[in-house]
Order: sequence, then C-alpha cells, then structure tokens
Amino acid sequence: MKGGDTLQALAVQFAILSLVAFGGANAVIPEIQRQSVDLHHWMSGKEFAALFAIAQAAPGPNVMISTLVGWKAAGVPGALLATLAMCGPSCLLTFGVARIWDRHREAHWRIALGAGLSPVTVGLVVSSAWVLTRTADLQWRLTLVTVATALVAYFTKLNPLWCLAAAAGLGLAGVLV
Amino acid sequence: MFLAFLSVGLSGFGGVLPFARRMLVERRAWLSEDAFNETLALCQTLPGPNIVNLSVVVGSRFAGPMGATAAVAGLMAAPVAIVLVLATLYGRYGAIGRAPAMLEALGAAASGLVAATAAKMAWPIIRRRPVSAAPFIALAFVGVGLMRLPLVWVLLALAPISVAIAWRLKS
Repeated sequence: MKGGDTLQALAVQFAILSLVAFGGANAVIPEIQRQSVDLHHWMSGKEFAALFAIAQAAPGPNVMISTLVGWKAAGVPGALLATLAMCGPSCLLTFGVARIWDRHREAHWRIALGAGLSPVTVGLVVSSAWVLTRTADLQWRLTLVTVATALVAYFTKLNPLWCLAAAAGLGLAGVLV
Repeated sequence: MFLAFLSVGLSGFGGVLPFARRMLVERRAWLSEDAFNETLALCQTLPGPNIVNLSVVVGSRFAGPMGATAAVAGLMAAPVAIVLVLATLYGRYGAIGRAPAMLEALGAAASGLVAATAAKMAWPIIRRRPVSAAPFIALAFVGVGLMRLPLVWVLLALAPISVAIAWRLKS
C-alpha cells in the first residue's frame, strides 16, 4: 500500500471504531487486531501483542493502542491521524449528546440504553482478553504470567503497574523464554 | 483546563479514571461526587474512550467548544508524546538482546490485566441478570472473540435486541 492509501485506511478504520467503541478502547481490541494484522498486514500478531503491551505500560488512556498502530502503519503522521480519528467522532457525539442528556436524567430510554448496551460491551471486553491472551501466551511460562497477573488484578487493589514491572523484570532476566 | 487535564494524562499509569476523579472532585471541586458519577454514566453509555468523553463534557460545561478542545488536548498531549518515544525505542531496540523476551512477558501480563477487567465487569451482570443480560455477553464473545466476525455486524445484531429486552423489563 502507498503512503496516502495507508493514511486513508487508518483514518477510516479508526473513525468507524470511534463510533462503535462502546465501553472504550478495550472493547475494540479484537477489531483493531483483525484489521491491522489480518486485513491490512501492517504488522504480525506478535508485533501487535508487543504494541499493546507498550500501550498498557505507558501512562494515559487505553486509546494509546490506536496511536501505536498508526505509528507502525505510517510513522508519526499515522500515529497522530489514528489518534485523532479514534477520538474525534466520539468527542463530537459526546459534545452534542451532553446537552440533551442533562434534560433527560430519569428518562426511561436512557436507563434501557445503558442496561442493554452493557452486556454486549462486556462480551467485547471478554473477547479482547481472549484474543490478547491467545496472541501473547506462546508457551506455558507466559500463560503462567497471564494467570498470575489476572488473579492479582482481580483480587487485590495493587497498582497494575507493579504486575507489568514484575513481568518485564522476569522477561529481562531471561527466566521466561 | 488544558493544564488540569495535562496533569491527569501524565499521572494516569494503569488507568486514568481514579486520577481524573481526584482532580475533578477532590482537588479542584469542579464537580460534586454525584455529578461525577452522573457524568461518568453518560460517558460510559456513549462510544469512545470514557475518560476522553469525560474531559469533553467537563470542558464544554465550563467553557464551551474551546473548553472541550483544551481539555481533550491536555489529556492526550503527554501520553501521545510518551508513547511515540516508546515506539521509537521499540523500533530501534525491540529486536535486540533480551528486549523481545521482555516484551513477550509484558504482553502476557497486559493480557492478564484485561482478563481481570473483563471478569470484574462480567461478574455483577451475570449475577444480577443471568437470563436477560448474560446471554448477550456470551453471544458477543462467540461472535467477536471466537468467530472473529466484524465488530459492527455483531453490534448491529445484538445491541438492538439487548436494549429492547432491557426496555421491556423496565416498563
């Protein structure tokens, strides 16, 4: 793909994802992976897993994965464009809806919308966990890291950064691979 | 507005939300506790990153479109810059020495974090609405996670039915 085509594909992909990302960026991870690995071949599954890890370890919102995918596909312009496309449409929608929303605080449709969308959103986040685990856990020691991290994050209030740091340390020490 | 959200973006290691709450409710008192929850509920219903939506709502409430733009720009500026530095380092050194092993371990841990988030979100819904909502968690997972269908199809198929059921149950 030529540079301009790649930029256009990035803009379209993330602008659409922006408007369907109910539940935030974590809900659209499988779709980002499907499009950038299987469809556009911007990277391998392994590279996607590495970029996702970097996005998780960096400060800021989860949406940083779109910045990194944009960077991998088309450098810094791609990164900025992907970030803008991922945030722009949903920001405009939020800006418009925020005004109406306040007037319908107790509205029936509003409660139904929230209650109806949440299980679908949760199913998407479960899908993200599944897809990420399948790409990341290449052998049993890595599976062990995933399970341990999930248990610590689920049962304790420890800052998740400690889990990431511990895993990175083990990796660097050469214990895992 | 820009500076306030800049501080949130910078401090948000492992989830920005707690830091946004501290800044908006406790430190600057721009929102009451109830107003924060109310605003967050709106931002969670709408598509897009919750925290970005939150900064749009707060920014626009205080200073209109300019305020919203300043808040989002403040929130995103530092994380985007940092992640680009990390990406450059990854591009240059990602394949050297122990770096691949470190990234694989980091990826395994990161996927574990998402799994914990998924479990935390799913469990209350399965317990409270095992019949009316839990099947939609399963169907969304089968469609997107297992069958790898395009997300938009799955959403268009499931969301209207799920919302309609929620609507019937509430009336």
